[in-house]
Amino acid sequence: MYGLTIAQARKKLDNKEISAVELTKASLQRLQSLDKKLNAFLTVTEETALESAKKADERIKNGDSTPLLGIPFSLKDMYLTKGIRTTAGSKVLEDYIPQYSSTVVEKLETAGAVLIGKNNQDAWAHGSSGENSDFGSTTNPWNTELVPGGSSSGPAVAVAAGIAPFSMGTDTGGSIRQPAALTNIVGLKPTYGRVSRYGTIAMASSFDTMGHFTKTVEDSAMVLSVTAGKDAKDATSSPKPIDAYTKDIDTSIKGLKIGMPKEYFIDGMDEKVKEATMSAIKKLEELGAEIVEISLPHTQYAIDIYYVLQTAEVSSNLARYDGIRYGNTREFFGDEAKRRIMLGTFVLAHGYYDAYYKRAMKIRTLIKQDFEKAFEKVDVIATPASPTTAWKIGEKVDDPLAMYLSDVFTVTGNVAGIPGLSVPAGFVKNLPVGMQLLGPMFGEKLLFQVGRQYELATKWYEKEPNL
Amino acid sequence: MTTIDVKHIAKLAELPLTQEEEKKFKKQLSAILEHIEKLSSVDISQVAETSQVTGLENVDREDSASASFSQEEATSQAKIKHNGLFEVPVILEEAVE
Repeated sequence: MYGLTIAQARKKLDNKEISAVELTKASLQRLQSLDKKLNAFLTVTEETALESAKKADERIKNGDSTPLLGIPFSLKDMYLTKGIRTTAGSKVLEDYIPQYSSTVVEKLETAGAVLIGKNNQDAWAHGSSGENSDFGSTTNPWNTELVPGGSSSGPAVAVAAGIAPFSMGTDTGGSIRQPAALTNIVGLKPTYGRVSRYGTIAMASSFDTMGHFTKTVEDSAMVLSVTAGKDAKDATSSPKPIDAYTKDIDTSIKGLKIGMPKEYFIDGMDEKVKEATMSAIKKLEELGAEIVEISLPHTQYAIDIYYVLQTAEVSSNLARYDGIRYGNTREFFGDEAKRRIMLGTFVLAHGYYDAYYKRAMKIRTLIKQDFEKAFEKVDVIATPASPTTAWKIGEKVDDPLAMYLSDVFTVTGNVAGIPGLSVPAGFVKNLPVGMQLLGPMFGEKLLFQVGRQYELATKWYEKEPNL
Repeated sequence: MTTIDVKHIAKLAELPLTQEEEKKFKKQLSAILEHIEKLSSVDISQVAETSQVTGLENVDREDSASASFSQEEATSQAKIKHNGLFEVPVILEEAVE
């Protein structure tokens, strides 16, 4: 019974073919049988999961049918869960039990989704491979000698391995879209401010977005319809009304203009990944879209300004961990957190602030304007989600710069604040490749439509790892 | 090329480092700073800063009191407590007459 999409599970639950308790037990069983190999979970919440599944069954019996009612899911360990240990993947918080839950968690609980556990991740969401976790690397279900991508490594693997139909991650520079691409699943980074950040451990506050992993684009739209919306507790959440995300996903993309930015098809990236992405874009053309070559001229500066601004915000956000009110002292920070705290402290320091931080904020404007101009000409932009497929565990751990460059195609979306959707786009040497669709601010609905039409035409999501 | 004084920065950031770590981080952070150097060639003379992307300004809420944590809940995660309060390290020494 494992490996169902949300839509499939929904149908079976509503038809009373299966119960939420059965579905949850199947998820937990799959988790127990695989997690020694995958290390995707830090905490399993079996007892509370079965309780909430029972409650969901009651609600279903009473005729309630909301999209996520009775659907098992897991959470990146960045989301605070009242009474359930929350670590951020770091030893600093290894025994921290939050006194409250994040807004996203409350919304999912109200919707009747069933939390089965908390996922492994790069500590503090710093990383692109999952290897920066203080609790050991998560492995890629397509080949367990390889990384699954990161920083939302565990949540991606939970869905890719058929343990949970969906999971929540966070995306500050590509931490949802990149692991989704490396594991053949769908990853959504919503528009900044579309989903509340309240109660999620802060990494870089002007870039952090709360998104999710699913097997299909249809499922992704179902989850966003629950998580999106204004939250009085997050002043940066948008008052803009949310769209009916699942409506129109079955509409043809005929006549839509899809931009192909030349700066995202560069020398140095894996040639085969480049080809796979080009043929995915060709498919969009066959489906009736018009492909337009565009330029986003400041793309080459995105990764550099990101590592100035993001680390500055990290150094400020991680300053609160002093071991006094909760958690352990600062000796417990791992290497990557230390590097980022120091780089951020440096770019904000007296004498360097103008040359680094202020300058980077100005270049951020130029990158944002690149996208604004592009979206005057095209509806959606299509790019590779990652310059390579999954790599060997250990290959980049001693070279932080090489690790940082793996975010080169995703980081622009966070710099500009726009939404991005990574969809399965084929395989290179049996390893998954993802296509990234970028849209204008609050353009999620359009991304779902394009992504859905592509997945119906290709069905890459049906291919599953051999575990 | 800018050099980074790892020892000084670590002090500012309250990060206890071993000598070995200092050496390793200096090398790694210098490589990253070298990569960032290319930002200095961008013409930013006519560009305003972007510090946030929402376009929202002056977001406020009703100034009303509501229930919050009890003292017990608020201090429940502290490793060191004294009479139900957080205990913190001394930062000011008492003046000796």
